[in-house]
Amino acid sequence: MAPRLALAIPHGRSVAVWMRNLRVWRRYAVPSLIGNFGEPLLYLLGLGYGLGRFVSGMADMPYLAYLASGVLCATAMNTASYEGLYAAYTRMTRQDTYGAMLATPLQVADVVAGEVAWCATKALISGVTLFVVAGALGAIPLAGLPLAALPVVLLMGLTFGAMAVLVTTLAPSYDFFLYYFTAFITPMFLFSGVFYPVDTLPGWLQAAVVALPLFHGVELVRPLFSGELPDPLAVHLAVPAIYLIGAFQLATVCLRRRLLV
Amino acid sequence: MHGRGLTKHYGGVPVVDGVDLELRAGECFGLLGPNGAGKSTLIRLILGLAPRDDGELEVLGRSVPDAIRAIRARCGVVPQQDNLDIDLTAAANLRVYARYFGLGGPAVEARIDRLLAFFQLADRRGAEIEALSGGMKRRLILARALINDPELLVLDEPTTGLDPQARRLVWQQLRRLRREGRTLLLTTHYMSEAARLCDRLAVMDGGRLLALGTPEELLRWYVEPYVVEVPLDGEDFQPLSQAPGCRLRVTGDTAYLYTDDPGPLVDRVRTAGFDPPYWRPANLEDVFLGLTGYELRED
Ligand SMILES: Nc1ncnc2c1ncn2[C@@H]1O[C@H](COP(=O)(O)OP(=O)(O)O)[C@@H](O)[C@H]1O
Ligand SMILES: [Mg+2]
Repeated sequence: MAPRLALAIPHGRSVAVWMRNLRVWRRYAVPSLIGNFGEPLLYLLGLGYGLGRFVSGMADMPYLAYLASGVLCATAMNTASYEGLYAAYTRMTRQDTYGAMLATPLQVADVVAGEVAWCATKALISGVTLFVVAGALGAIPLAGLPLAALPVVLLMGLTFGAMAVLVTTLAPSYDFFLYYFTAFITPMFLFSGVFYPVDTLPGWLQAAVVALPLFHGVELVRPLFSGELPDPLAVHLAVPAIYLIGAFQLATVCLRRRLLV
Repeated sequence: MHGRGLTKHYGGVPVVDGVDLELRAGECFGLLGPNGAGKSTLIRLILGLAPRDDGELEVLGRSVPDAIRAIRARCGVVPQQDNLDIDLTAAANLRVYARYFGLGGPAVEARIDRLLAFFQLADRRGAEIEALSGGMKRRLILARALINDPELLVLDEPTTGLDPQARRLVWQQLRRLRREGRTLLLTTHYMSEAARLCDRLAVMDGGRLLALGTPEELLRWYVEPYVVEVPLDGEDFQPLSQAPGCRLRVTGDTAYLYTDDPGPLVDRVRTAGFDPPYWRPANLEDVFLGLTGYELRED
């Protein structure tokens, strides 16, 4: 039969997939939360205090606040990526969780939507954790609009969750994810303005960075930390949203090809 | 359920090859066949879990895949491979699965209690999946398949790998489900299971249905009433091929002589110098071997 070329739209029932993951997470919530503190705390302490001694400020902000705004987005990216890669791959293959779901009224788009929403939820959880840590370190300027950064964390979680699930649907094994990190996630982490302004980079690299989603997350959060509105707001929202929608559609097609054969 | 010309190819090879199949409401239908016959693939086509290459299909009066969401809401599925959620306890597996159907609340909790009791798992409700035996897992999957009170229950080898006690328990529950008026479609390669449970059977091989009927009809149509089994012990079976009034089949170290009248044949085999033969009424296994061949399958 001819494949249908309609856009995949998830059903509200995909909440059940999200709830399944939440229920499992709650069983191991405490160790998972403690694990969340570790890495961002190291970046803030190691780089913020260490480098902060030499860098008095960046873009008219204390360096610790500058760093915290970038690390917030990077943490969302990393958390959503790990969940959408390793954890989702285990559910797709070894545990056949998706196989069980697809024998119910749930459709492939519902499973993908539930998984992506869960990736974003975990990104939000680690974002809030980081907020608490960074706030305690005095890295969050209360004068700004710091809480407005949390929806951006959610957007980063959705975008990188969808991209990770897409990679998972194409992955032949866990080893595949290392390529994704080396070729994509780690360079984005280093060059997207998390640690220093992007305009210090050569022009061709700047062009590449601007075409990728993490840069726009950072550009959204940083002004909010100093109480300003991001500019141009529409562009910084649209680029991650395009990645999100594109990755979701492709992931749905690829997962269908992988599981329903 | 009503399918015509159902066809599925893998790598250019037809795995389900123009199958016509109709299930009657409230019957238990058995699909028999050697490994690789295409039983699981046919079931996946019926459930819309694999797109078919050709054919027409209606399940519960709705067409697949257009109405698949509505159809699945009224189906229960037991897959060939266990796929319980190992991150959840036994009862949580049922609770979360019910959510996939949009079901929750006190009615579902009461149903979970009833299903766990029905499958003798009440004392395991808080158990981790990895702590359950193979038989308990299979029963929990059956319980899971019933969480939405399905009209059609599709079971792919529900008892494979179970010990005889566990298998009998599952049979008893399946018979009870049939008495409740549910339609059952199951695959198996245990002939005794098919004979005990099924109102009608189809023997499948190479993606085609080779025979379809009630167990009695299959016995009547495809095999003589009696079989004389002769252990061969490496001896030449040629002398047996001249025996009158019988049909000879040889597999491994045994010759099977199918006949209407075993008495004279037994005497003849004994006087021909073979080890003492033994005779029995023909059963579904003989029908199965007759239709699908006596050679060993590697798959
Ligand atoms: N997803 C698949 N891709 C390729 N070949 C498959 C796939 N699924 C089944 N097959 C092949 O189709 C044939 C029938 O398989 P199956 O339906 O599982 O048989 P049965 O359930 O009767 O043992 C086998 O030869 C098997 O290798
Ligand atoms: Mg099978």
